[in-house]
Amino acid sequence: MGRQRVKFTFNDDLVKEPIIYMLGRDFHLVTNIRRADVGDSLGWVVLEVDGEKEEIERGLQWVSSTGVRVDLVSGDVLQG
Amino acid sequence: MAFVSGLRCRECSREYPGEALNVCDFCFGPLEVVYDYATISEVVSHDRIAAGPLSIWRYHDLLPASGEDPVDILAGFTPLLKARNLGERLGLKNLYIKNDSVNPSFSFKDRVVSVAATKAREFGFETIACASTGNLACSVAAHAARAGMRSVVFIPSDLERGKVIGAAVYGPTMVAVEGTYDEVNRLCSEVGDNYPWAFVNINMRPYYAEGSKTLGYEVAEQLDWRIPDHVVIPSASGAMFTKIWKGFNELACLGLLDGVDAMTFGPDQNTVHHPAITTRMHMAQAEGCSPIVNAWVGGQNQIRPVRPDSIAKSLAIGNPADGIYALRVIKESDGSAYAVPEPQVVEGIKLLAETEGIFTETAGGVTVSTLKYLAESGAIGADELTVAYITGNGLKTQEAVEEVVNPLYIRPSMSSFEEALQGSPASASL
Repeated sequence: MGRQRVKFTFNDDLVKEPIIYMLGRDFHLVTNIRRADVGDSLGWVVLEVDGEKEEIERGLQWVSSTGVRVDLVSGDVLQG
Repeated sequence: MAFVSGLRCRECSREYPGEALNVCDFCFGPLEVVYDYATISEVVSHDRIAAGPLSIWRYHDLLPASGEDPVDILAGFTPLLKARNLGERLGLKNLYIKNDSVNPSFSFKDRVVSVAATKAREFGFETIACASTGNLACSVAAHAARAGMRSVVFIPSDLERGKVIGAAVYGPTMVAVEGTYDEVNRLCSEVGDNYPWAFVNINMRPYYAEGSKTLGYEVAEQLDWRIPDHVVIPSASGAMFTKIWKGFNELACLGLLDGVDAMTFGPDQNTVHHPAITTRMHMAQAEGCSPIVNAWVGGQNQIRPVRPDSIAKSLAIGNPADGIYALRVIKESDGSAYAVPEPQVVEGIKLLAETEGIFTETAGGVTVSTLKYLAESGAIGADELTVAYITGNGLKTQEAVEEVVNPLYIRPSMSSFEEALQGSPASASL
């Protein structure tokens, strides 16, 4: 089992998509939202994702593929 | 000793002990250092600072690591140069350049890494690490060498040769990652979770970031304990921008600025604003990666991430972690934010070099071009005291200005020399 802390940032119409629900349904991941700010055209959600390591990897790749930006909660790791 | 009470979440205010932590367990917000300012105010003074070393450690009372035996390669106390020539060109009579390109590893990163490395050693870590596009890797490797610690630096595999050599010479374990920016980020975060290493900008981040406050302290001290009317600062994550503001406000609250009465810090030390701090904070980003500027210009209080595509690689963070906090500082200081068109980045480098003899990297070009815009638009008045922060050395990004190399090719004879000289700018002075 694995666990990952991530931040999803939604642009434009993606705000209306049930991305987190589908992450749980299709990849059998448990999601736990800790902080969020969602507006009409932009929003972010900070959450913890629990599940099989491979499924977390696949699930986060799928989230990225939808156009949602996926960042680690650690912030900007790669710096100047 | 350091006057640190612990750590506090910037979002939910939960408190934590002063350990190697960076994220709140509850809301995953960033942790910030909490200081015992009551004790600091009893010991800190101009004389005590002046008696300290000519490095960032002269301000050790205001830093989160002990100044008794710091990991110090003499970062900081860099020149504050009155920029008469550049000022004349821009119509500014009171312009200064804070030249941080002359730090030991040639960028401002030496300030933050010196604090992080000192704290890491206090915590008992034997290895310090980072992921970097150049400047940070150089600084981490240099400080580890000085401290006798091991260092591991992760770099993108396509990093410019000059930067690779600039870090490798200090003898770190260098890991070149074949992958995108996001993949490097994710890998290093995972590595940080699995190895007992002090990643300077992950588990050491609360302490590391505090090192940038010294950019505010030094400018105030070099101006005889006054603050500028305007500052122009390049931004990537936004952390340095917020810390310079914090540095000015700390000095004011502790009564260390000329003619300014001390004030209590209140419950949130990170957002304290002393009314005497009237410096207007101007942020500089390059158009190819300007998420904070975009939010400011669009009147948004959220950052819309971007995919970086900029010549200013040391500023290329697409989703800046401290962006929203930097926006608040711009607003609170009545400042501004400007995105420099990419071609003007190199123009800014050349303008600073040709007027003041300072060769800066691309981030400095962004700063100078923003300064030029602010001067020409009237946002900075001719007599106002203005400081532009130059944070990295041009030798690191020489490829950006290769076009300037255009020598007069001649044969080894006077006639060939004189023939070539005709029509060149030098002939005007004959």
